[in-house]
Amino acid sequence: MSLAEGVLQLIEDAARREGFQRVTTVWLEIGQLAGVEVEAMKFCFDAVTRDSMAAGAQLEIIATPGTGWCLPCGETVELAEVYGACPRCGGYQVQVTGGKEMRVKELEVA
Amino acid sequence: MCTTCGCGSDEVKIEGADPHEHVHADGTRHSHSHEHAYVPAHSHAPGTSAKRMVQIEQDILAKNNAYAAQNRAFFAGRRVFTLNLVSSPGSGKTTLLCKTIEQLRGNQHVTVIEGDQQTSQDAERIRATGAPAIQINTGKGCHLDAHMIGHALEQLDLPERSLLMIENVGNLVCPAAFDLGEAHKVVILSVTEGEDKPIKYPDMFRAASLMLLNKCDLLPHLDFSVKEAIAYARRVNPAIEIIEVSAKTGAGMAEWLDWIERKSSGE
Repeated sequence: MSLAEGVLQLIEDAARREGFQRVTTVWLEIGQLAGVEVEAMKFCFDAVTRDSMAAGAQLEIIATPGTGWCLPCGETVELAEVYGACPRCGGYQVQVTGGKEMRVKELEVA
Repeated sequence: MCTTCGCGSDEVKIEGADPHEHVHADGTRHSHSHEHAYVPAHSHAPGTSAKRMVQIEQDILAKNNAYAAQNRAFFAGRRVFTLNLVSSPGSGKTTLLCKTIEQLRGNQHVTVIEGDQQTSQDAERIRATGAPAIQINTGKGCHLDAHMIGHALEQLDLPERSLLMIENVGNLVCPAAFDLGEAHKVVILSVTEGEDKPIKYPDMFRAASLMLLNKCDLLPHLDFSVKEAIAYARRVNPAIEIIEVSAKTGAGMAEWLDWIERKSSGE
């Protein structure tokens, strides 16, 4: 819920800056390792934006894949969970390099 | 995250704070009115669409991080060393805090901010030790955020070079994502929980600088493997420091106080 409120705050800040009154679509970039439940985010977004400038706005989620750098393999590998094992060597010396994003990417406004 | 647990932040209460007054540590005054003026756009040339795209590219937690930076600057100005204590409910955070305050008495001034969904029982327990404490009730919220801490700081008179302990809401998920402006997060894991908590809730153990393994006096009665718990914690955070303590018997407390001393003196 706090995350959805954070999204609305960013939208309202942008509205003041850019001078728009309504938002029709919101694109969020959510990494697969960010720990965000997309369905819960959609539900909370609808609840939080009711009576706001983003009321009824379409929420589009761009899922970014989880990636990590495996030290023993010396390669970028795909990660299904944070701090999970490397799919190549099974080791845990993997630094997460992508997939933890939680960003408001862009808005379609009127 | 809070989209998982569905918590809300509209019922936050801070002891002693006027709910309609909002002045930040940096002097900014604002109110949380939720007025939104919807002025329909009338002046479009025929044939052109009023719709356009706006690039945002901002982190959702940017707002919290900005408040945290304000708090951090405030702490730096007064040389206040701040710890954010996080754990699941029932790990013994408050007892550990009370014992820590008792042992630091005379050497180090300690102030406490207590976070719980309801009641001021924990703040009262802290105040019974003689340390000033303020309770934040998060209502439906499952974590403290930097904005709440900023308001709590207005109610507190933090002495220079003192210690501020923030006891977060008992929750191993959401508090990991919310920076409060602290110097370190300290995660408390009690031996009555599972050894695998660090890999089940990796973000929290990743975010913490120190893990206190509490209630170690109970180890003879349990199947808990300290070695395994430490291995799991190091798997998610190879740099994490670990101290085995018992707030009840006082075992390990000297090492914990030494850690505070070392870190607060800028190691």
